[in-house]
Amino acid sequence: MKEFTQGIRDGIPIALGYLSVSFTFGLMAAEAGFTWWQAVLISAANVTSAGQFAGLDIMASGGAILEMALTQMVINMRYALMSLSLTQKIDRSIHMRHRFIIGFEVTDEIFAVAMSRDKKVSRLYMYGLMICPFLGWTSGTALGAVLGNILPEFIRNSLGIAIYGMFIAIILPKAKKAAQYLKVILIAVFLSCCFAWIPFLKAVSSGFVVIICAVLAAGAGAYFFPIQSETEEKQLSAVKEAED
Amino acid sequence: MNIGTFFIYLAVMAGVTYLLRVLPFVLCRKQIDNVFLRSFLTYIPYAVLGAMTFPAVFYSTDSLESAIAGVFAALCLAFFEKSLLTVAAGACLAAFLVQLAEFLKIISW
Repeated sequence: MKEFTQGIRDGIPIALGYLSVSFTFGLMAAEAGFTWWQAVLISAANVTSAGQFAGLDIMASGGAILEMALTQMVINMRYALMSLSLTQKIDRSIHMRHRFIIGFEVTDEIFAVAMSRDKKVSRLYMYGLMICPFLGWTSGTALGAVLGNILPEFIRNSLGIAIYGMFIAIILPKAKKAAQYLKVILIAVFLSCCFAWIPFLKAVSSGFVVIICAVLAAGAGAYFFPIQSETEEKQLSAVKEAED
Repeated sequence: MNIGTFFIYLAVMAGVTYLLRVLPFVLCRKQIDNVFLRSFLTYIPYAVLGAMTFPAVFYSTDSLESAIAGVFAALCLAFFEKSLLTVAAGACLAAFLVQLAEFLKIISW
């Protein structure tokens, strides 16, 4: 139970960040001619920011179904990478049927928070962690679709930075403690700036950019600064002690 | 758009997204022993977050000035290892104050 409440608590900042982003999504969906419940349904079924914004465009412009499938695949491919990474972090005894549910809400933020825990992540923690962000994401969408333009823009916009603040809170302490993480992060940031500012690289879609930058930076990290697993380290030190 | 078309789009969109998330989660149930792959997967979250945050964070508010204020606040708070909520709220507040100042300046013109 403690794990569950801890998960809920850790989910609150994610939910707050989501409120602002999904508010914008609801607003745009309403402007594109969708009803509020359609907007909420899209949010509840997908729980993904970039994918939903792109999907909205395709629906509104009557794009092909194949285009929808491919766009979602490219933008959301990073989730496959995150899920794979998360399988190494979660309690391995988690049953198949729970995996089908937990897997549904692997978002950038939930993934990041789960990975930043210093121990194995349990099923109850994951369930706790999923609740508030889901509510924040769907209710924010509803509010955005219904209330739309009531809030002055400068208030709405200052909420947009919340998610990034949270990301910084996750990566900076790690970078401070371990130089190899700092190097990996700096490589990723450098590459991502290249994609944002170099003319012909700008054309690459944002989903791809994240994949390319992350794979290159983490690959370089794994090649130059490999991390021995905890069990191996323990075995090594046990062997050393035995030798001494 | 008629309701039928909407639901087809929705099903394709949600289906693709769900499969991407859940397949690795269900299929990979073992500990990965390869050191390179393990290290790679350990670094992935930090690389992803780094790439997603910079430079996008500088365009996340109305003005570059307010975004810089927000980033500065977030970096300071994160450096002292404050909680996620504190850092996120601090970034919002700093960005908000700068935007408010800019907003008032426009009005007073």
